[in-house]
Amino acid sequence: MALLEIKNLGISFGGLRAVDDFSITIEKGRLYGLIGPNGAGKTTIFNLLTGVYKPNAGTILLDGVPITGKKTVEINNAGIARTFQNIRLFKELTVLDNVKTGLHNRYPYGTISGILRLPKYFDVEKQMDEKAEELLSVFDLQAEKNTLAANLPYGKQRKLEIARALATGPKLLLLDEPAAGMNPNETTELMDTIRFVRDTFDMTILLIEHDMKLVSGICERLTVLNFGQVLAQGETADVLNDPEVIKAYLGE
Amino acid sequence: MGKNATKKVQMSKTFKSNLITYGIVILAFILVQILITTGNVSSLMKGLLVPLCIYSIMAISLNLTVGILGELSLGHAGFMCVGAFASSLFSVCMLESIPNTGIRFFLAILIGAAAAAVAGMIVGIPVLRLRGDYLAIVTLAFGEIIKNVVNVIYIGKDSNGIHISMKNAMALNLADDGQIILNGAQGITGTPKNSTFTIGIILTILTLIIVLNLIHSRSGRAIMSVRDNRIAAESIGINITKYKLMAFSISASLAGVAGVLYSHNLSSLTATQKNFGYNQSIMILVFVVLGGIGNIRGSMIAAVILTLLPELLRGLNAYRMLIYAIILIVLMIFNWSPKLIDFRKRYFHKSRAERERV
Repeated sequence: MALLEIKNLGISFGGLRAVDDFSITIEKGRLYGLIGPNGAGKTTIFNLLTGVYKPNAGTILLDGVPITGKKTVEINNAGIARTFQNIRLFKELTVLDNVKTGLHNRYPYGTISGILRLPKYFDVEKQMDEKAEELLSVFDLQAEKNTLAANLPYGKQRKLEIARALATGPKLLLLDEPAAGMNPNETTELMDTIRFVRDTFDMTILLIEHDMKLVSGICERLTVLNFGQVLAQGETADVLNDPEVIKAYLGE
Repeated sequence: MGKNATKKVQMSKTFKSNLITYGIVILAFILVQILITTGNVSSLMKGLLVPLCIYSIMAISLNLTVGILGELSLGHAGFMCVGAFASSLFSVCMLESIPNTGIRFFLAILIGAAAAAVAGMIVGIPVLRLRGDYLAIVTLAFGEIIKNVVNVIYIGKDSNGIHISMKNAMALNLADDGQIILNGAQGITGTPKNSTFTIGIILTILTLIIVLNLIHSRSGRAIMSVRDNRIAAESIGINITKYKLMAFSISASLAGVAGVLYSHNLSSLTATQKNFGYNQSIMILVFVVLGGIGNIRGSMIAAVILTLLPELLRGLNAYRMLIYAIILIVLMIFNWSPKLIDFRKRYFHKSRAERERV
């Protein structure tokens, strides 16, 4: 069974049909790309998937469970985590605390235990520290764990955001333009990291990207979006050679 | 091996800075006790000791709302008012029923804190949906409303039980053995004077423990994540309303505790513009801004300095408020000017952000 199944998803803002009749099926363990010109509705789809917007039409099934119209928090608990196009870190928290905040729902203890420093507090905090450092080491961020997130260089901020999303223990990871603002070296490194994440965490990843090197390098399948509608869908190589796609991107 | 060592250093860093904070309070307490026994404290200063604790607690608790939760509240004195009146009512009612002062005062503190926490929740549930300026406006209104409501409530007690009226004292229809407890604008008289400097210091330390431990726990991280980025916090499964409400009502209940200290330090308690009005709320906000938003220790020190200052300058009479204003401005520049922050950073080899974490 497919991990993510979206059928006929649609949303309008006033008279604008931002996403129309959008369907996609992603098998478990895939690296799936969502591309399209600016304003095509890619981020809107992410926002629909994570409950920021409520769709006007269509259904979303995660692992066979309907999550259409649920709240963001519920959807995260159901197993979807995301990063943002414009990085959204907890800037005044340390790198370690950013990841530990991601572990919030998986390592619970009560506020009272925290205030009274009961044994539970020390137990769970220790487990959190270990888990968080494990995640940070995947992204090569251990050395900066006590730095404030705001003081990290740009590339590392992007990585930290992925680490934080992974900390919530998702089944599906949504990456919104992970390579935006990165130089070619950083992009290559990021591609390795994304592959590594998929392999080590057995993760399914859906990513939005403009960087064609990254898209053609790591995505196995692609969906091209134009004016809120699916223009092409299929194996990466086929889609990128589709004349319709070339037309939408480069013009005639 | 090296990894474990750095971990220990980090653990002890927050721990150390917390210890310094507690140490400052305990040292201040010991110092004052020594000065009192050697007879170096004027009666005026003695009268200021409990208010110092009250304002420290208020500053710490408001910093939880402003610095940690990141919401501007302009009605903090309102919660203090709720705590003061609720606990005073209890103490006066129970004066004969619970003869043990210690137990009665302890229960009064709990009741003051609980009443203020409930008020915090009632205000918080609708208001925390608002953001920024709107929250400030509503809390400002709340503070004023509470003060005025208290001024028109009449509560009396007789052999038939408790009577409440919002008209006047006559409308209570008390029996002959009746006693008016809360007499509208005249307030409550006869609250036992249970507040002492020692209890004030203990409550200040308890407040510090609650706030500092909260900040460095799972819930504290959740609260700060909402402050730093609401959308991201939601995306990783943080229940925003829950943690906002938690921080806000803990902050309110601590203000209630300050109110208990306040009401049990005076023989007659009235709600006036001077003690529970918006001037008071803004004064407390000044402590927080001056001491550093999010800097718990700083706001406590600012509260102490700014409460002592007008009294220390009393000798200069006409120039008193002028000097007070100048010191306020200088302190503000010292705390927030980027150049001075840079200078201190170099001087202390510590980032400002790290110290703000205190």
